Amino acid sequence: MTMKAMGIDMSILTESFFIRALLAGLGIALVAGPIGCFIVWRRMAYFGETLAHAGLLGVGFGLLFNINITLGAVVSAVLLALLLLALKRQREIAVDTLLGILSHTALALGLITVGLVTGAVTGHLDILFGDVLTVSRNDVITVWVGAALVLAVIIYLWRDLIAISVHEDLARAEGVNVPWVELAFMLTMAAMTAFAMKIVGLLLITALTVIPAAAARRVSSTPEAMALWSSLFAGIAVIAGLIMSALWGTIAGPSVVLSASLIFVLTLATRQRS
Amino acid sequence: MFELIKPLITTHKLGLTIGNRKLLDDVSMTVREHEIVTIIGPNGAGKSTLVKVMLGLVPQTSGTIQRRENLRVGYVPQRFPVASNVPLSVRRLLTLTIKSADNEIMQALSETGIEHLVNARVAELSGGELQRALLARALLRQPELLVLDEPVQAVDFNGELKLYELISTIRKRRGCGILMVSHDLHMVMAESDRVICLNGHVCCEGRPAAVQKDPEFLKLFGPSAAKMIAAYTHHHDHDHESHGH
Repeated sequence: MTMKAMGIDMSILTESFFIRALLAGLGIALVAGPIGCFIVWRRMAYFGETLAHAGLLGVGFGLLFNINITLGAVVSAVLLALLLLALKRQREIAVDTLLGILSHTALALGLITVGLVTGAVTGHLDILFGDVLTVSRNDVITVWVGAALVLAVIIYLWRDLIAISVHEDLARAEGVNVPWVELAFMLTMAAMTAFAMKIVGLLLITALTVIPAAAARRVSSTPEAMALWSSLFAGIAVIAGLIMSALWGTIAGPSVVLSASLIFVLTLATRQRS
Repeated sequence: MFELIKPLITTHKLGLTIGNRKLLDDVSMTVREHEIVTIIGPNGAGKSTLVKVMLGLVPQTSGTIQRRENLRVGYVPQRFPVASNVPLSVRRLLTLTIKSADNEIMQALSETGIEHLVNARVAELSGGELQRALLARALLRQPELLVLDEPVQAVDFNGELKLYELISTIRKRRGCGILMVSHDLHMVMAESDRVICLNGHVCCEGRPAAVQKDPEFLKLFGPSAAKMIAAYTHHHDHDHESHGH
């Protein structure tokens, strides 16, 4: 049975808005791969979530003060990353509790701000869940420039990042400047969150980094292979999710994430490489 | 006589207080070339903390540390997550922060007896093999000071004996100073030149034979521990002679 016979019009897949969505999504997938690996290696999934929620707060302030919302998201995510870096040094409250508080406070405050400024949060669901099918040519350019910058930083720090992912104290004892590398990585995460906001949405950005990396872990035996597989899986998830969205009208962000989950389930059938 | 040998690292009245807790109190100690100094003490005595302060991983709140200029240190940390999320081969583990030629890598591995594991996955190593890989990693840096925090953990008794023998051989061959943390009193007494008994502060220190008679040592570990060590040390010496030259 052909697609046409099923009542599905494939011509949508060659429309320019769809091509733009694919290009933007693939740009995000490219950086989501290596960043996701470090999130998995360093057990920072919750931290990524917190950054994303801070991004929403930034969007709220961006709308409130009439500045670029991507810029607002970057600034607030960066500020939150710095705050966390400072708070990690105290020992009164456990770090994950702290993340839980900051993450959801930022989310709540962000939702309220966006709601107050625009009259209704529901008008901005795209920020939460992504609206990749409406990206403009400029959005695509922004994503690729951002992706190139983030990738450049990650490649520059690659050896040090791997060393501190394996054992932070050991890396530090052997001369790696851990606070600086950690800061630089948090900043790239914050930047990626803001760039990916429109594509997969703030609520699901962590999923697009963590799930492909978790799948890649199962089939890789070197850090580099894992980063490449992770980008590849994220890319496949983007393509599959967008096609699903275009053909059946499902929301784009969740469709991409669901595709990534499906890839992960498939990798479970393979033997875990170590 | 000891004073003639150059110190590698010396701490002077080192203190670390976090909140109201005094973790380290006035710790003064020295490690010189060619000697094995072992820190012993009960759980929570600050052994690992002291090592971390000496390595510069944790800043002290009082006192000073003097290192020989450009001191090369090889470090084997206490906790190393075997099931690390990062996929690594042994070769890669050794060269995480250092670029080494292949023959140097193989030499370090053969020194710790695991040449054949160069391409093995780190996650698949046994406890003893992992400790040997970490030791090889430290040796690759040509250390003047080797810092070993609980080097025999997760190793069975037989492997433990062999590891201590290996550490002793490394000292003889390379002449580096070795600072070791251990809670295994038997081995410590057999292989160390000096023992530092730590419980936040230095309770007592000296040659193993002297330390185990020290009232402070007896207070910390109890007289039965001292008896066990004495029995073991004797047995160990005897064993050595029977296989001797």
